Amino acid sequence: MTSDLFVFWTLAVISVFTGVAVIATKSAIRSALALVVNFFILAMFYFLLGSQLLGIVQIFVYLGAIMVLFLFCIMLLRVGHAEQLTETGGLKLAGAGALSFAFLALLMSQVLEPVSRTANLPDPQSVHAGVSTVEAVGAGLFTRWAFPFEVTSVLLLVGIVGSILLAKRRV
Amino acid sequence: MDLNAVLAHPFWGALIRIIIALGFLLSIVPFLIWWERRLLSWMQDRIGPSRVGPFGLLQTICDGVKLFFKEEIQPRGVDRFVWMIAPGIALFPAMTAYATIPWGPNLQLTPVANVNIGVLYVLAISSLGVYGIVLGGWASNNKYSLLGGLRSSAQLISYELAMGFSLGTVIIAAGSLELPKIVASQLEPFWGSVPWLHNWFILTPWGFIGGMIFLVSMVAETNRTPFDLPEAESELIAGFHTEYSSMKFAVFFMGEYAMMLVFSALFTVLFLGGWSPLPVNLTYLADHTSVAWLAGLLRFLESSWIAGFWFIGKLVGGISFYIWLRATLPRLRYDQLMALGWKGLMPLAILNLAAVSIWIAFGIVPGLIAAVAITVLFLLVTMGGLKKFEARSVTLLDEAVPLR
Repeated sequence: MTSDLFVFWTLAVISVFTGVAVIATKSAIRSALALVVNFFILAMFYFLLGSQLLGIVQIFVYLGAIMVLFLFCIMLLRVGHAEQLTETGGLKLAGAGALSFAFLALLMSQVLEPVSRTANLPDPQSVHAGVSTVEAVGAGLFTRWAFPFEVTSVLLLVGIVGSILLAKRRV
Repeated sequence: MDLNAVLAHPFWGALIRIIIALGFLLSIVPFLIWWERRLLSWMQDRIGPSRVGPFGLLQTICDGVKLFFKEEIQPRGVDRFVWMIAPGIALFPAMTAYATIPWGPNLQLTPVANVNIGVLYVLAISSLGVYGIVLGGWASNNKYSLLGGLRSSAQLISYELAMGFSLGTVIIAAGSLELPKIVASQLEPFWGSVPWLHNWFILTPWGFIGGMIFLVSMVAETNRTPFDLPEAESELIAGFHTEYSSMKFAVFFMGEYAMMLVFSALFTVLFLGGWSPLPVNLTYLADHTSVAWLAGLLRFLESSWIAGFWFIGKLVGGISFYIWLRATLPRLRYDQLMALGWKGLMPLAILNLAAVSIWIAFGIVPGLIAAVAITVLFLLVTMGGLKKFEARSVTLLDEAVPLR
C-alpha cells in the first residue's frame, strides 16, 4: 500500500462521512459545516492528483467565499427549526428512496467498469505535471478559451448588476 | 548519517521542515504576547508586566498555566459540538498557512512545501480563519457573539479583495507565484539599473502602493485595532469570544497571534525583500571594497547562515507595527470600515494592478504614462468622494426598511 493510497482512503472515509452528514444532520449550520469539511477534502483530492492550482481554487472559491456567505445567510435568517426539515410522508420517502437508488445504479454502471481498470492507469501526478500549473491554465484561458472566459465574466457582471437592482429597487 | 541525505529524503526532510516551522511558530507566540503588552505599556507611558522572570518574559507562560487551570464555563443553550471545535478551527489556518513561506535561502530547510502556487496557498488558507470566529460566535447562543461573527465575515470578505489585488501586482511584477522566486526577484539590481541596491518591492512606486494596501488589509484580516469591530468591547462585550473561557479562549488568542505572524511573514517576503538584511546589496559592496575584514563582515551579514535572523527581525518589526497601530488609532465606525475597504482600497488596488500590467505588457514608458493618468483620475474621483465622505451623517434608525 503506497502512502498516496493510504492518504486517499483516509480522506475518502472522511469525505463520505461528511457528505452523509450534510443531508443527515438536522441543524442547518452543522450541515453547512459538514459541507465545508467535504469541500476541503475535495481540495485535498485535487492535491493528491497533482493538480495544485485546482485544489487551491477550490479552497479559495468554495471555502473562502461561497461557504462563508452560506453561513452568513443561515445565521442572519436564523434557520434552525429542525421539525420543519423532517420529512414525514411515507409515499414521498419511498419515492425519494427509489429515485436515489436508480441514480446510484446509473452512476455505478458508469463508474465501476473504469474503476476496475485503475491498476493499469498511469501515475496521475506524472500525467498532470505540466497541465495544471498556473502558467498552463493561464495560457489556456487567454488563448484557446479566451472567448468562453470573457463571456463568463460578462455573465457574472450581469448577475452582479441584477442582484444590486433587486436589492436596491427603490434607488 | 549524512545530513544532506536526510534533508533530501521526501519524508524525513519534510518532517524536519515541519518541525522547524511549527516549533518556531509555537515558541515565538508567547514572546510576541509579552512584547505586545510591554511595548504597548511603553507607548502608553506605563511599565507593563515586569515581575515574572527577567523583564517579565515568563508572564505569558504563567498566564497560560492560569488559563489552563481556570474553570471552564459553558453557557446554557450553546451548540456544544460547534462550540467545542470553533477554537480549533480558528487555530488550524494559522498553523497551516505558514507552510509555503520561506525564511531563508536554503530550499532544503524552508519552506515546508515549495509549491508553484505559494502566494495563493497562504491567501486561501488564511481566508479560512473566519470560520472559527463565525462558528464560535454563532454557537455561543449570544446575540453579541453572533454580531461579532457576522461582522467578522463581512469584514474579511471585503478586505480580501483589496489584498488579492495588491498581491496581484507583486505576482505580475515578479512573474511567479512561488515565494522563494518572489524573494529572488527582489534581490536583483534596484529598478534594474543600480547594482549596489536590492530591488525591494516596497521601494518601487507600485510596490509602495501595493504594500500599503496589503498592510491595511492584513490588519483588517486579523481583526486587530483599528479594525477590531468583531470584538469591539464598547459595543459587543468581547464579540465572538464573549462566552469562551479557560483554554478555549487561550486557543482563540493564540490563533490570532499566529495569524498576525503569518501575515507579517507574508508582508516581509512579498515587499521587504525576505531574508536580505538591508536594501543595500552587501555582497556587491564586499566585492568592491579593498578592506579585507570589512568585505568578510559584509559577506557574513548577507550569508545564508544568519538569513533567518534577519527574517525574524523583520517579523518582529511587522508585529511592532500592529502594536503601534493599536496604541495610536481609535476603532473605525462600521460604515467607515466598509467605505475604506470598498471605496478606498479596492479602486486603488485595481488601478495599481492596471498600471503594473500596462508596464509589464508594453514597457516602462506606457506604464509611466498610465500610472500618471491613473493617479490623476484616482485623485479626482477620491477628492469628490472624500467631500461626500466628510459631509455624510449616518441616520441609524431610518435606514432599516422592511423586506417586501
